[in-house]
Amino acid sequence: MRKNLLMLHTVTRIVVFIILAFSVFLFFAGHNNPGGGFIGGLMTAAALLLLYVAFDVKTIKQVIPFNYTTMIGVGLLIAIGTGVASMLGGFPFLTQFDRYVTVPVLGKLHLTTALPFDLGVYLVVVGVALLSILSIAEDDA
Amino acid sequence: MLNISLNIALIVMSMAIVVCFIRIIKGPTMSDRVVALDTIGITLIGIIGIIMVIQNTIAYAEVILVIAILAFIGTIALAKFIEGGVIFDRDRN
Repeated sequence: MRKNLLMLHTVTRIVVFIILAFSVFLFFAGHNNPGGGFIGGLMTAAALLLLYVAFDVKTIKQVIPFNYTTMIGVGLLIAIGTGVASMLGGFPFLTQFDRYVTVPVLGKLHLTTALPFDLGVYLVVVGVALLSILSIAEDDA
Repeated sequence: MLNISLNIALIVMSMAIVVCFIRIIKGPTMSDRVVALDTIGITLIGIIGIIMVIQNTIAYAEVILVIAILAFIGTIALAKFIEGGVIFDRDRN
């Protein structure tokens, strides 16, 4: 039975970008406001999940050719890398640095090494959520 | 005056959630329960908005958006489950 999900497809095409923008906002707002890598990753997973629900798994796998297992590994490597990078400078493991940097367009930015660590958390959360859900969805038993 | 109105609004919204809860418990069909759950999500958004006014903070602004997104996605997933029996299609064509 072929169903015509025109409403769902049209709404999904608009709403997914709003959710993705909101997740990026949550990720970058985590230093001074509620938010951070975990909830940002969950919102990104929710947006991609909406795509998988509205369309089919095969199409979205072609559109978003991410290997979520690799994504978990890359996230862990980034999180460990921020710790090892401070060790290379002679500081203890996972020492954090922050600095005010003046960027031409954006102005004065407060850059910290907690942001790459949060990026690692973000990638691991997105990978684990989508990998577990898609593994259950593709199970034939 | 504002505080009294806000408290009255909170009480009315709590009663709305109780009514939705009765519909979830004794709803004859699955669709009744899904619609009632979605309504509870929307009412929770209103409650959090009023609590933000009462506590004079904007710290819960993200919570409102997260609840709205999760209620939307959950309702769509349940609706697709009721309609076709599967949530994830393998191949649409």
